[in-house]
Amino acid sequence: MIEFRDAVVRYPGAPAAAVDGVSLLCPAAQVTAVVGPNGSGKSTLVRVLLGRQPLASGTLHIDGTDRRQLSQRALARMVAIVPQREEPAFPMTVREYVALGRLPHSGAWRAETPGDRDAVARALTRTGVDDLHSRPTDELSGGEWQRVRVARALAQDARALVLDEPTTFLDVGHEMSLFELAAALARSGMAVLLVSHQLNLVARFADTMVLLQHGRVAAAGAPDAVMSGRVLESVYEWPLVVIRDPASGAPAVVPLRRSPA
Amino acid sequence: MIAHRSWHWPAAIAVLFAVAALGIAFGTVRLGLREVIGGAAGTGDPLHVTIVQALRGPRVLLAALVGAGLAMSGASLQGVLRNGLAEPYLLGVSGGAAVGAVLAYAAGLSGYALLALAAFAGSVTAVGATVLAARAAGHGARGDPRTLLMAGVVVGAFANAAIMIALANAPGNTVRSALWWMMGSASDATWATGAALAATLAVAGGALVAGARDIDALALGDEAAAALGVDVDRAAPRIYLLASLVAAATVAAVGLVGFVGLIVPHLVRAAGIRRHRALLVAAAIVGATLVIAADTVARVALPPAELPLGAVTAILGVPFFLAQLRRFRA
Repeated sequence: MIEFRDAVVRYPGAPAAAVDGVSLLCPAAQVTAVVGPNGSGKSTLVRVLLGRQPLASGTLHIDGTDRRQLSQRALARMVAIVPQREEPAFPMTVREYVALGRLPHSGAWRAETPGDRDAVARALTRTGVDDLHSRPTDELSGGEWQRVRVARALAQDARALVLDEPTTFLDVGHEMSLFELAAALARSGMAVLLVSHQLNLVARFADTMVLLQHGRVAAAGAPDAVMSGRVLESVYEWPLVVIRDPASGAPAVVPLRRSPA
Repeated sequence: MIAHRSWHWPAAIAVLFAVAALGIAFGTVRLGLREVIGGAAGTGDPLHVTIVQALRGPRVLLAALVGAGLAMSGASLQGVLRNGLAEPYLLGVSGGAAVGAVLAYAAGLSGYALLALAAFAGSVTAVGATVLAARAAGHGARGDPRTLLMAGVVVGAFANAAIMIALANAPGNTVRSALWWMMGSASDATWATGAALAATLAVAGGALVAGARDIDALALGDEAAAALGVDVDRAAPRIYLLASLVAAATVAAVGLVGFVGLIVPHLVRAAGIRRHRALLVAAAIVGATLVIAADTVARVALPPAELPLGAVTAILGVPFFLAQLRRFRA
C-alpha cells in the first residue's frame, strides 16, 4: 500500500542525508512500525508522505502510484495521516473536528452529505469517542484528544493510516488502547504505518518493524528478528538487554544502568 | 459550547436590513419609513429622493461593503495564521495605503479616485513585500506564520518611517490631508465607489469563500492541513493575498476602519459558527451591520461634525467586546 524504495532525503544545509536509502513496505491488513532513536529519520518519512519534503532520489508509491503523480487531495483520500502535532486554532466541538476528515471528499460549495455524516459517525464509534461528540476540543484530556484525532483520520475513509508518535504524553492505559485500536484497524484490512518510540509496545503489536539509524535501515522484519540486543545496543548507543516478556511472550528491551546502582 | 441555531441566519439578515433602513432614515434631515420607501422608489418628495438615492443610499451600501469585506478578511487571516489577534491590516495594508496616499498628495495628485488608486497600490505593494520577505525567510512558500506576522509588523514600521520622512519634507497641510483621508469616512460615497468595491468583494471575497475549506484545514496547522489534502504552500499565500486585497479595496474606498476585522469573527465564532464557509458569510453580514450602524452614529452623534468612522467602530465595539471577553476563546 505504502512503499518507499531507496528513499533519500536531504535537508538544505545539513551535512548528511536525513533519510539515506530507506526501503520499506507497509502492506494492507498489517501494522508496520518504524522505530529508531531521535533524529533517525522517522518523522522525515512522514513529511515525505505528506508532501512537505521532496525525495532527493528513490521513490514513494501509494497503491502502486508514484506519490508525485498524486495531488494532495488524492493522497488524502488514500492515506490518512495523523501528524505529531495538530491543534485547532479556535476550539470546536469534537463532531465538527472529526467532520474535517471529510474535507478531501467535499466540494467548495457542497453541504455535508449523508455519506459524510455516516463516515463521521462510523469514525466516532470506531474510536470510542461517541459520547464526546459535543465536547469542545480544548477541554479534552490528552488520551481523548489522540483518539479524536484518529477519528478525524478515519473519517477520511482512506485505506491506509499513518500515526506519527501517537502515544507521546499518554499514560499506560491510553497508550495500550491506542495500540489496540491500531491493531484492530489493521485486522479490518487497513494498512497501518506506526511511527513510534515505544519499542516494547511496538514489538507486541507490529507485524513488521523497521529500525532506523542515521537515516538508514539498521534492521527490518518480524519483531523477534529486529529486537536483538546487539543491534539495538549499537543503534541506541546505550547498554541494554532484550528479555522475553513473561506475560506476553514478546521480546522486550530493558535498558541498563551504566554503573551498578 | 454554543451551537448555532437555524433562526440565527434570517435574524441576522433581518437586523442587517433594519439597520440599513435606519441608516437611511437618520441624519440631519430625519426621514420616516414612508419617506425612505418613497425616496428609494423615486416617487416621494424630490428632496427625499435626493437624500435617499444620491446621499445616504450609496453611503449605507458602501459602509455595508466595507464592513463585510473587513470582517471576511479578518476571519480568513485569523484562520490561516492561527491567531485570534490577526486583523485585515496586519500584513502591511494600512501602512502601505497611508504611504500611497501621502505620496499621491505629495505628488500633487488630488481627487478621490486617484487617491484611492494610490492607497490601493501602496497596500498591495506592502503586502507583497511582507509575503515575499516571509517566504524568503521561512521554509517553503507559506513561511512560518510567526515570520509572516513579524514581516508585517516590520513593513508597517517601515511605512511609518516613510510617512514621517514625508512629513518632514512636505507642506504640513498636504500630509494632514493625506492622513485625514486615511482616518476613515464614508462621506464621499458614490454609487460608483460602491460598485467598484462590490466588484472587488465579489471576486476576492467569493474566492475566499470558495477556498474556505482550505482555511478550515490550515487552522489546524500545516501538517494537518497537508494531511487533509491541502497544498499548503499554494493555499496559504493565496488566502493572505486575497484577504489583503479585500482589505486594501476597503481602505481605498473609505480609509482605515479598525476593529471590525478583528472583532466580528470572534462574535460569529462565539455564536457557534466555526466552519469557515459559514463563518465568512456570517461575518460579512455582521460586519456590514456593524459598519452601517457605526457610520450612522458617525453622522448623527455630534452634528454638524462627522466623527471618523474607524474611531466610532472602536468606541462602540470595545466596551461590548470587553464585556463579552469571557465568551471568546482565541
